[in-house]
Amino acid sequence: MGSDMASDTTSPTPSAAPARPARPTGSLSAWEGMARQYDYWLTVLKRTWRGGVVSSFLTPLLYVVAMGVLLGGFIEADPDQLEGATSYLAFVVPGLVASHAMTLAVSESTYPVMGSIKWHKTFFAQLATPLAVRDLVNAYVAFVMFRVASACAVFMLVMAPFGVFATWWGPILAWLSQVLVGFAFTTLVFAYSAWLKSEEGFGLLFRLGVIPLTLFSGAFFPISNLGPVLEWIARLTPLWHGVSLSRMFCVDQIDWALVVLNVVVLVTLTVIGWFLAVRNLDRRLEV
Amino acid sequence: MISARGLRKSFGDFEAVKGIDVEVRRGEAFGFLGPNGAGKSSTMRMIASVSPVSSGELRILGMDPATDGPAIRGRLGVCPQEDTLDNELNVFDNLYIYGRYFGIDRATCRERAHELLEFAQITEKAKAKVEDLSGGMKRRLTIARSLINNPDLLLLDEPTTGLDPQARHVLWDQLFRLKQAGVTLVITTHYMDEAEQLCDRLVVMDKGRIAAEGSPRQLIDAHSTREVAELRFGVGEHEALAEKIEDLGERIEVLPDRLLVYSDHGEDVVTAVLDRGLHPIATLVRRSTLEDVFLRLTGRSLAD
Repeated sequence: MGSDMASDTTSPTPSAAPARPARPTGSLSAWEGMARQYDYWLTVLKRTWRGGVVSSFLTPLLYVVAMGVLLGGFIEADPDQLEGATSYLAFVVPGLVASHAMTLAVSESTYPVMGSIKWHKTFFAQLATPLAVRDLVNAYVAFVMFRVASACAVFMLVMAPFGVFATWWGPILAWLSQVLVGFAFTTLVFAYSAWLKSEEGFGLLFRLGVIPLTLFSGAFFPISNLGPVLEWIARLTPLWHGVSLSRMFCVDQIDWALVVLNVVVLVTLTVIGWFLAVRNLDRRLEV
Repeated sequence: MISARGLRKSFGDFEAVKGIDVEVRRGEAFGFLGPNGAGKSSTMRMIASVSPVSSGELRILGMDPATDGPAIRGRLGVCPQEDTLDNELNVFDNLYIYGRYFGIDRATCRERAHELLEFAQITEKAKAKVEDLSGGMKRRLTIARSLINNPDLLLLDEPTTGLDPQARHVLWDQLFRLKQAGVTLVITTHYMDEAEQLCDRLVVMDKGRIAAEGSPRQLIDAHSTREVAELRFGVGEHEALAEKIEDLGERIEVLPDRLLVYSDHGEDVVTAVLDRGLHPIATLVRRSTLEDVFLRLTGRSLAD
């Protein structure tokens, strides 16, 4: 996904545009830029929270019941085979929440982003004010992350009484890992959506991106089951890094070297995604 | 307020604005006229400091859009060609939330929003959804929104396109009141009556360049005659008859349904035509308008 965007040279760029300074006079601090959009996003939240409840909380619980409890009831395996989890439910929950973080982040950063560019033109209206493209991206990502973080927190709290967590502090770190997954996917997918000209590209993203990642990034079964080659491919996916972190903390089988690697990968992807998001949106809005 | 020197805008190989010089003074209403594709909107977006200048010099309120964009935008009001209202917010929230982007505190925002609803005559619609508004109401709301920060300079890109005559007159009235209140207006339009009504000074743009500049009166004096005699003959006769009377005016134009004779004394033209034994079905003598100037400068053929 990232390399596609890096090679995009089709958007109109003015020839010999004078270099823009890093911080124009009168530009807002990152905090001020987001604070000014607080009321906007609050009204968006007030309008959409009801639908959000279903997609954020109800859908994942259906997954837990179906996959964790009902299907998982048939699975008898040693903790060794389940990356240290004492039951299949304990194995699948951390993975489910991490992949839920991804799904939410992706769905909040696809059609709504394109809508703000093409259909509602919200970004154009916002850009006619002292706000800059960077401020729009920051506030947007902050809003999506609020949705992702709250949905994952509720999910984790609901699962706590089922005895799937090995320690009291592990789930907190696992929740932070899920938030990190949200950040990486929000910024990368925002960048993709800001670059995309028509919504058909989203079908591709869901079919070739989200669904395979959900199924094969270790959320539902240990990736060691995939065989050596596919296992390594799975390890290269961003979601696996999130699943890995989330599960290590939940089942308390922590390999700190792996934690560092997982965190570095997700943070790096977030930073790359953010820069691409700002760059692509800037190009799209300059007409 | 605005000063442009050799201003250009290009998109790849296409040059939308090909080096224009413009000076807009405080308190005046300045118009950009031109057919579609003349470069008006590109110029407006550069002035609005959302589209970087390709080359040339541009100063808005004494500042450079390349380095002072946010500071300039904080003092501008922008009414874009296409409504960019938030359809999912109600009318009041569209104003209130927009004000917050400018860093206006919440209490002041509410107060301003109520004032502007009054001004735009949509107070009773405050809680309505934007999508339920008529075209004229949306336009008035867009203009109200552009005033939320008390701008020094108001940019209006084709403010009345698509509105019915009543709605246009209400809008003109409001823009006139703003001008009286000292707001500098910059308007693009392709309606000549609008330009004559609103603009103190204007430029006619064509294919990215400025074709003429001045007050509506000056432009008519410079590019047309005082009057126009319109002569209607039988269908198909106009071409041949034009040759017989072309000496009567400074310029003659043949249209499918009539002849236009440009002269300072229209009645004399009609008398002379009758003296030559020609009998038009209908005659009309009228003053030259900005539309005559516009068509003279930008041609009658379609731009796109």
